[in-house]
Amino acid sequence: MKKNLLASTASMCLALAVSSPVLADGHGVDLTLCWAAWDPANALVELSRDFEEQSGHNMNFEFVPWPNFADRMLNELNSGGGLCDLMIGDSQWIGGGAEQGHYVQLNDFFDANGISMDDFIPATVTGYSEWPKGTPNYWALPAFGDVVGWTYRRDWFEREDIRAAFSAEYGRELGVPQTLDELRDIAQFFQGREIDGTTVYGAAIYTERGSEGITMGVTNALYNYGFEYENPDQPYDLEGFVNSEGAIAGLEFYRDLYETATPPGSSNWYMGENIDAYKSGQVAMQMNFAFIWPGVNADPNVGGDRSGYFPNPAGPAGQFAQLGGQGISVVSYSDNQDAALEYIQWFAQPEVQARWWELGGYSALNAVVEDPDFASSQPYAQTFLDSMAIVKDFWADPAYAELLLAMQARVHNYVVAGEGTAEEALDGLVGDWVEVFEDEGKL
Amino acid sequence: MSYKPIDAIAHATPDPIANKVRGLSDRAIAWIFVAPSIFLLLAVNIFPLIWTIRLSFTNFRVNRPNNDVEWVGLRNYERILNDADIWNTMQATAHFLLWTIVLQVLIGFALAYLINKKFKGNDMWTTIIVFPMMLSPAVVGNFWTFLYQPQIGLFNYVIGFLTGADPSSFSMIGDTHLAPWAIVIVDTWMWTPFVMLICLAGLRSIPDSIYEAAECDRASKWRQFWTITIPMALPFLMLAVLFRGIENFKMFDLVVQLTGGGPGSITTLTSIDLKREAFEKWRTGYSSAYAVILFVTVFGLASIYVKALNKVKER
Repeated sequence: MKKNLLASTASMCLALAVSSPVLADGHGVDLTLCWAAWDPANALVELSRDFEEQSGHNMNFEFVPWPNFADRMLNELNSGGGLCDLMIGDSQWIGGGAEQGHYVQLNDFFDANGISMDDFIPATVTGYSEWPKGTPNYWALPAFGDVVGWTYRRDWFEREDIRAAFSAEYGRELGVPQTLDELRDIAQFFQGREIDGTTVYGAAIYTERGSEGITMGVTNALYNYGFEYENPDQPYDLEGFVNSEGAIAGLEFYRDLYETATPPGSSNWYMGENIDAYKSGQVAMQMNFAFIWPGVNADPNVGGDRSGYFPNPAGPAGQFAQLGGQGISVVSYSDNQDAALEYIQWFAQPEVQARWWELGGYSALNAVVEDPDFASSQPYAQTFLDSMAIVKDFWADPAYAELLLAMQARVHNYVVAGEGTAEEALDGLVGDWVEVFEDEGKL
Repeated sequence: MSYKPIDAIAHATPDPIANKVRGLSDRAIAWIFVAPSIFLLLAVNIFPLIWTIRLSFTNFRVNRPNNDVEWVGLRNYERILNDADIWNTMQATAHFLLWTIVLQVLIGFALAYLINKKFKGNDMWTTIIVFPMMLSPAVVGNFWTFLYQPQIGLFNYVIGFLTGADPSSFSMIGDTHLAPWAIVIVDTWMWTPFVMLICLAGLRSIPDSIYEAAECDRASKWRQFWTITIPMALPFLMLAVLFRGIENFKMFDLVVQLTGGGPGSITTLTSIDLKREAFEKWRTGYSSAYAVILFVTVFGLASIYVKALNKVKER
């Protein structure tokens, strides 16, 4: 009887040891990191091997394709799920993550471990870490700096016959556009042109309707024509800022670009479709987040010297670009918060950040991007730096999803479906957003 | 009287249990068998329905569990019924429903009529025709986006070849006039075989003797079609309409893959809109009211339709 009791106790202990997250050595745990399924995620898997070796923890990854990323992960957070210990969530989630208690506030942890937000690119700290914006309350460590920029076919831009034709038509040299008007001219010039027996088109721009695509695209025109999310002196005062004359002109510009200089059928395009169009030689330029640049550079058809990169060109009201990228947060529902914090501490180290950049991850650490060799380390490095200096981001309020969906509908209705006027679209958007903020109790 | 092993088992049942079982009425035994199903039905269907109706009168948001839930009365219903965008989605759904059903019934019945004739390769053709409905709607939506591509799409090429138009001069899913038809075409391509199969079952259930009698009365083929085939296949046709109507009212995956509800909101069907309200905007109370309105609409229409179907069957 005693023997039986001993045997069953031993097998219970063994079963518990196997099922428990604590690994056999009594130190390591199984950590799950959640992010989008894209190239940088593969680089992070590679990078995290060092962490596994050093810490003894075992890293698991839950990657979800971009179109379903927000749905899947916000469901996970809203339901208090314990799937993710670490979340590399979109910048717009930070308000909801903080206010709804999904993320752990990191200030004390940063102070205790000598991690300073002054060491990171300021725009990424504001965009990925702070809530409320402009206050020193940190909910994430900047993990992946990203911004919308442009890729162009340098080999086409440098061809003498094409340069001569452009010069004859526009009276100036064909080169990297400095303004949005120049960009439109160049895109229109290439639209429908025969190059090596193939019909090519001007530019691939974001027009996707279902998630966030067209908003991430159109803001690059709106900002530069004078669009503001709110009155800088009075929060949530939208009238005259969202639908200012400049904003209306910016929206008209984007529609004109879509109608006159994009490939036929590009009515629902986002990152993937733009990459495909560019790599298959259909377009002379593509709008896309900077994360694609390492892939373009390495592409056998359009990579190397055949492509160039430039920041979003200026408009009448200045030069801005849509911020992308994400911060890494510890999920408050995780049972492994200590190990998750260990990961963040490891990830914040300058040498790890330098390796992150080498592998194709866009580090936001000043020590990496301000290194004298950084700008020449990759053909797109300088463009990344220039672009990160001009970023603006969408609302990061807890109600960002409602604000985003309203903008998707209004903008797509005008730009792609061609319904109504730009003024009507933006007036309608003001109405939608006011309703959201009223429901939120902010107005 | 012979003594069977079953009697031995019956006699082996301990008296207290045997007495208990003997004491149950047929009705009680029936309830014991039915109760698990009823419990499941209540838990999975009725309770969520009642809960949804309750939520529809509140401002509850599932992503704000810590916020106070306020009773807002009929405000959600009022907002929905006065929202022009929602009426637009209703209109888009009605267009989609009407044309998919009309086309699928006409083509499906015609195909069934042809397949019902005995000819060589009949089985092979039936299998080929049925093939599209075996595919996943998400996959169908995805590959039709390629077929509709103005530059490389087969659909545009064929239309261009037949009409002489430039294939890249029109975009089926990017044009507000063509996109509603683009989703109708794909759904018709995919689900006409289903309607065909139902119609085929109807046609094969008509006894040959009726046609033979009509032949004796020298009724023409045309007369036979209208006075025998159509009336006798009508209950099956109506059943196909009911199935397709219910299915297409909740159409989601295929259209999301094809157009994402665009261009603009021209192909945003009610199911897509409802999903966005409930699981992207997280307006749980509001979307519950939306769901209740749709439920009442579908339930009402389906009830009227089923009554009509029963009348046709009784004839």
